[in-house]
Parts: sequence; C-alpha cells; structure tokens
Amino acid sequence: MAILRFAVMRLLTMLATLVVVSALVFVIINLPPGDYLSNQIDELRATGQEAGIAKAEFLRKEYALDRPIWEQYLIWVGFAPGPQGFSGMLQGDFGWSFEFDRPVADLVGEALWLTILVNLAAVLFVYAVALPLGVLAAARSKTWVDYTTAFVGYLGLATPNFLLALILFYYGHKYLDLPIGGLMAPRFEGEPMSFEKMRSILIHLIIPTFVIGTSGAAAMQQRLRANLLDELSKPYVETARAKGMRESRMLVKYPLRVAFNPFVADIGTLLPALISGSVLVSVVLGLQTIGPVLLQALKSQDQFLAGFVLMFVALLTLIGTLVSDLLLALLDPRIRFGGRET
Amino acid sequence: MTELLKVEGLSIGFGSDAPVVDDVSFSVAAGETLALVGESGSGKTLSCRAALRILPGAAQVRAGRVMFHGRDGPRDLLGLSERRMCDIRGDRITMIFQEPMRSLSPLHRIGNQVVEVLRLHGKASSGRGRRRVLDTFARVGFADPERIWRAYPFELSGGMRQRAMIAMAIVSEPELLIADEPTTALDVTTQAQVLGLIKQVQKDIGMGVILVTHDLGVVANMADTVTVMNRGHVVEAGRAHDVLGDPAHGYTRHLFAAAPAIPEVCELPHEADDRDLILEMTDVSKSYFVRGAAPWSPKLCVQAVRGVSLAVERGRTLAVVGESGSGKTTCARLALGAEPPDRGGQIRFRHASGSDPIDVTALSRDEKMAFKRHAQMVFQDPYSTLNPRMRVKEALTEPLEIHRIGTGAERLDRAAEVLRWVGLSPNMLPRFPHAFSGGQRQRLSIARALMLDPDFLVCDEPTSALDVSVQDQILTLLEDIRDRLNLSYLFISHDLAVVARIADEVAVMRQGLVVEQGVPEALFHDPQHPYTRALIAAQPEPDLARPIDLGIVAQGAGAPDGWPEAYRFTGNIAPPLSVVAPGHRVRCHV
Repeated sequence: MAILRFAVMRLLTMLATLVVVSALVFVIINLPPGDYLSNQIDELRATGQEAGIAKAEFLRKEYALDRPIWEQYLIWVGFAPGPQGFSGMLQGDFGWSFEFDRPVADLVGEALWLTILVNLAAVLFVYAVALPLGVLAAARSKTWVDYTTAFVGYLGLATPNFLLALILFYYGHKYLDLPIGGLMAPRFEGEPMSFEKMRSILIHLIIPTFVIGTSGAAAMQQRLRANLLDELSKPYVETARAKGMRESRMLVKYPLRVAFNPFVADIGTLLPALISGSVLVSVVLGLQTIGPVLLQALKSQDQFLAGFVLMFVALLTLIGTLVSDLLLALLDPRIRFGGRET
Repeated sequence: MTELLKVEGLSIGFGSDAPVVDDVSFSVAAGETLALVGESGSGKTLSCRAALRILPGAAQVRAGRVMFHGRDGPRDLLGLSERRMCDIRGDRITMIFQEPMRSLSPLHRIGNQVVEVLRLHGKASSGRGRRRVLDTFARVGFADPERIWRAYPFELSGGMRQRAMIAMAIVSEPELLIADEPTTALDVTTQAQVLGLIKQVQKDIGMGVILVTHDLGVVANMADTVTVMNRGHVVEAGRAHDVLGDPAHGYTRHLFAAAPAIPEVCELPHEADDRDLILEMTDVSKSYFVRGAAPWSPKLCVQAVRGVSLAVERGRTLAVVGESGSGKTTCARLALGAEPPDRGGQIRFRHASGSDPIDVTALSRDEKMAFKRHAQMVFQDPYSTLNPRMRVKEALTEPLEIHRIGTGAERLDRAAEVLRWVGLSPNMLPRFPHAFSGGQRQRLSIARALMLDPDFLVCDEPTSALDVSVQDQILTLLEDIRDRLNLSYLFISHDLAVVARIADEVAVMRQGLVVEQGVPEALFHDPQHPYTRALIAAQPEPDLARPIDLGIVAQGAGAPDGWPEAYRFTGNIAPPLSVVAPGHRVRCHV
C-alpha cells in the first residue's frame, strides 16, 4: 500500500515538474529576437514577394504569435483559449511546423517511436554489458580480467561516437553485410508496420545501439565495479561466507543487491544523456529519430516543433526518474520504510 | 576429554612481512568455552578466521594445522577443498561477529537470512525450516518470532540484531561457535543478557565456544579455559581458574592492572556547602521532532532529555552515565550550546571563579565565539575526528587561526607545548593522522581541545574505542591535565568502571531522566535505583567469584514499568528525584 501512495505522490510531483519545464522551454525558445514568421516576412519584404507576406501574416494571427509571450505560452500549453479556442498540447494539438509546412504531430509521428526504440535498445545494451562486466571486474579485481575490462571500457569512453560509428559501419558492412545508415531499408519508409519492416529495423538498429550505448556502458561498468568493491569489504559479506555460502551465489544475493541501488538510480540520468548524446550520432548515422529534427527546428526558430521535441525529451527524462525511483523503493526496504526510521 | 578443535603451530602473514600470527596453538573441548584474550592487533581474530578459512584476501596461512574432531570424524580444516569447507562453515562451525549493526544484510528480511543457513546445508524444506527458525528466535529470547521473521535489520536495536545473529549461528545446532567480540559494541546490560544467552544456548546444545574478547570481565564470566595472546604469540594458556586467579605472565598481569573496576572500598562522601560551579544546568529539557511515516502524518515528539539538573564544580569531574539512547550525549551538546534547550531550562557558565555567569542558551555570535574558547570537546572516535588530509600541526593550529590568536610562529610553539603535555613529541607535528595509533590519536584530539586553553572540557566517551591498557593511559592523562591546568570535565560514558575512577560526581541517566545521582562512593557502594543496580551488576569483572547476576540486570534494564513500586513510572510520569542521603539523590517515591 505504501508503495502505491509513494507512486501517486511521485506522479503528482512529476506533473508539477513538467509544467515548470514547459515554461522554461517556451521562454528559452523565445529568447532569440524574432520568430520564424517575422524572419520570413522580413525576407519576403526584402525580395518583394507580397503574396507570401499575406499568408505569413495570417499564420501569425492564427497561431497567436502577435500576442504577448505569456499569452502565447498559455495558449501553447492549452491553459488559455487561442484563436481556435482551447487547442494546446493538453488538448493534443502540438502546433504547426512552419519550416516543413505540416502539423508537428504528422511530422514527428514515426520519428518519436523510432527515438524511443533506439534509446530503449541503447539502455538495454548499457545494462546488459555493464552488469556482467562490472560484476566480473569486481569479483576478480586486480587480475587480468579486471584490467582487460577496464581497458576496453576506457577505450569505449574515449573514442568519439561518430568515429566509432564510421569504423563500425565500414567493418560491419564489409564482413557482416550490415546496412549503412538509416533505421530501415528505404523501401519501407512510410509503409505500415509489417514483419519484413520490423526485421529491417532490427538489423539497422545493431550499430546505432552499439555506438550510442558504448560510453554509457563503460562508465556504468566502472561505477558498478567500484560500488561492488566497497560492498565486498562490509561485514555482512563475511557473515554470508561464514554461513557456508559459495562465493558466486553469495556475490549475487548480498553485495550485488546493495550495489544495485546506484545502478538503478542511473536509469533516470541515463535516458536524457543518451537522448541528447544521440542527436549528433543520429545526424551522422542518418537515423530518422527526432534528433536531427530538433537540430533543424532550433536553427530555424521553428518554435512549435522545437518546443514539442524538447517537451518530449523532458517527459522521457521524468519517466526515467519515476521508474528508477519506484524500482529503488521496491528494491530497498530502507527507502520504502524511510519514514519509519527515527 | 576430547578436543573439538585443535590449532597447532599456526602462522599467518601478509605479503612478505614477518608473520602477524606466529606459532599459535590452542584447543577447545566439546561443550567448553575457550576465551582468546588480547588487545587489538594481537592476532586473536585472524587465528579464529584462519580456522574457518575466511581470512582477508591478502593474508596467507604459512604453517600450522587446524584439526576439527566433529561428529563426522576428524578433519584437517586447512587441507579441505573449498566445497567441503562450505559444508562445515555455517553448519558444524558457526561464527558471530563484532558489529551487529553491519553484520546483517540491510536489504533482506531477518527470517530470510537465518533460514538460508538451513537451506544451504540441505537441512530443511521451506515449511519445516521456517518452524525451526521461529523456534530458534523464541529460544534466543524474541517475544514475537513472527515479527522478527518479517523484520529488516534496521528495524531492530543493536542488542536485538546480535540476538538475531546468535539465532543464525545456532539454528543449525553447530558443534562449535566462534564469537568474535560479540558484545563489544553493545551496552553493558545488553552485553550481560547476550552473554547469558550464549551460555544458556551452549548448555542446551552442548556446543564448544571460542570467545574472542579483550575484556577480562567477560572472560571471568564465560570461560573454562583461557589463551592470552600478545603481538601474534600465545603468552599464557590454561584453565580460567588458574589464569585469572594467579596470572603468571607479565602481560596478563598488565592486562589485569589496566582493567577498570568498580571500587569496593567506601570512603566518606564529602559535601562542600558553597560550591564554585563552572557549569550549572537547571531543569533542562530537549525534545526533537521526528518526521512521521508519510509527509502528511503528524510529527512525533521525542524527549531526549527531560528536566535534567546538573552542576559541574570547578576543577572536578561530573560523569553522566547511561546506555545508548539515554540522552547523555544530548546533555553534552546542550552544555556546549551546540543546541538550544526547550523553553524553561537554564544553562549558566562561569569561566572564572567569581565572574559573571553567562547564559549559554542565549549567546550572540560574538559571545558564542568567546564561549568556545572556554569550553571544548573531546570526541569518542579518534579515527574519524581527525581530518586525514590535515597534518598534525594544521589540525592543532586551526583553532587558533579561527580565533585569530597569535602569529604563525607562536601558534606552532603552542602546538609543540601542548603536544608535550599530552605525552607526544613535537617532532610529530608534520605527520598525518594515519601514522598514529588509536591511543595516540586520542591524545591528539585532547591536544586539539587544549589548544585554546579552555577551562571546561566535555569528554564524550573518550576511551570507549580504545584497548584497555590504552584506555588506562588516556584516563591517567585526563586526570593529570585536569589537576595541572585546573580543568573541569563533563564526562560522558556508558562504562561505570571508567567513571568510578575519574568522576567526583556521577549522574545515571535512563530515557532522558537522571534516575540516580551522587558521589561515586555512595553510588557504587549503596546503589538504590534498580537501573543503577542493573548497570553495576552487568559490569563484567575479572573475578571468578563475582559472576554477573542476570536477575538484577533483567529487572533494572527492563522497561521502567517493571521496576519495583517505589521507582516505577506510571505512563510517562516519573517519580521525583529525592534526596536519600547527603549528596545522593534517587528518583523514587519516598
């Protein structure tokens, strides 16, 4: 029961945080002078295309860009009625992309899911690699196993992602016949989901996952190793040994369980780091995620598009922290019963 | 008599250094208790761990034989395969460790951790295992075994955790129990009960016990045979009766001399009429508010100190004695103005005799700085109170820098002088704390407290982390500088024997209240309050003729509503503190 109440509390604070984040995002996007449309109007004026100006002026009215910024914000979120009544993000209207001249929702639709897919795969990769390597390095500390994993880890940390991507593409294509670039074969783009398309996506995912996840995995493996080494010198480990537990079983049941806390807590910070880190990688690898879209939108002050993408990243981050907080409470009774201790 | 475990010629070393355990032999018979006695660094713990083969990774056994004559015939423990050894560990030979707070995994329920022993050794299916564990919980004195089964370690007190550890160690009915300082981290009354419990269980199961300890009082109460170790060698061994009654080796005699004891002689208490008080606390209380289980549930009020009145006479020592949670440390913090007391209490401080008293509870910033020059503190743990990255000279001159006293050269001179006072040499100034032993570190923290030339020192358990012979030296030092510099002490301790030696007046605290107060002679010779009697009875003494009386301990250390009529608390209301003799007050209905 306590855990449910905890979850509800955390959900409420998460919503409050989201509101604050939306305000920040909106302010930051609007910090540079002018907006996409006023820039465009200036440009059209300079080249004398009066017809376009009328349309741009219409759009400015339509999207309330001529109003004070706080009103724009309220309309954008959906707290206040705009020219079309209540029609903000809360109502499911994410606005219009001026750059691409399409609704934001249409534009990012598939990219959203691919972003989640790529990053989820990367997170799974990070954990799948860091967990066994970290445990192994701690259990066999100061042996060649430890030094080898550390060396490979630091190599992963130190190699720039795009360089790693290029190398992997070259060799992957040469020896394993892995595809280069993109997240699916070109013929599936815009097609409905099918078994073939899924297969194509999975094969295309291999290298991006590796590239995005490597440095995170290396860092996390080192952290897990350090935590585990700390725990291994604690008296309760000795108690477990004195019980007659075999080393490997003891390792998994006791110290690993305690060393797991920071590991789980990292989910919260891992997601945003991966997403912002993967923007550049996506551009280099030509992945159809929202990374390149965000970059383009920010450059051209396409504010609704940029705002939506940033809000989406913020939401993912908050969900990540929520998940890690709940997992921590489930894993660690000291957190669960925190209030009971005096 | 059959020998259950026999260790012969054991040598253990680290790396290529000289062995830290050198040619050690001892043995324990079935059903008997062997006490391995020695100070820290004597190698007693390593020798025991070598028998179970759970030595730290860097330590290697260089020579020796460990024979275990269990029910399944004789076995050479050092020669067994790791697999066979795992069968013996936790099943035939079990172990209890020193720190009950940290020896249980914080994330697993107690029941899970205990029943695991049975599962590992294939002794019980889950249903039968659970019943057996619950029976064991009842046997070690848990009133509600079901609750303990579900509890996490952090929900239990230190004594209860040690009971859980004992339950874990005996649930498989081992033939040998190795207890490594099992009661060192516990309060005296809890220690008495845990020792009694080990004895009882030993009688029930008929197991052998190896008790590792530094406390001769514990030895006298528990042991059949004694092996005394010093610096990795066995210096004396024999029946407890012989070793304790007539120690042959100089080191054993030295240990006896250093062990503090409650005095038997009775001197006439002296009571001056007008006392020159340096600190006077009148009716001081302190409550803390603790967050409830959820953000919206009301805060809980914990009364750490309730209406305490204490007075420290100039040049003398007032000791506050109590177990953990009795409020004695809170008293010390209040006396130093580190925390404000609840409304209504008064704390007055006169730095020189005849000077105007200052009110410690209401000091301005500047007054507080001035007050700190007169009142300083010596802390319990000499290992964590010195910054490992500061040299001795920096640690010592820092107080002078903060108070802007003297030039750099003068500060250094002062540091060298104070170091000499505490028995250290000025050429230690450039060293880092890690180069010093526990006793030397405590000397350093005393030196640091003396740097500002204070009149009043609060000593919070200054010797409880130290070996007995070092404890003896530190107490002598404290007495010496008190008389030389005319200091006054507020001495906080849980150890009545230490207090008996250094204090001019003693206040015994229980649950935030002073239950008995008086000069040590009156208190120890004629203790009135059941709790004081329990504390005295629980104090293990290195004397076979004076075993711990568990009856007195259980009654006095129990809940205050189990005390005899005259002393009993009704609900939260305690009887008043009444004068029973000049200078001797007891909380009772007269």
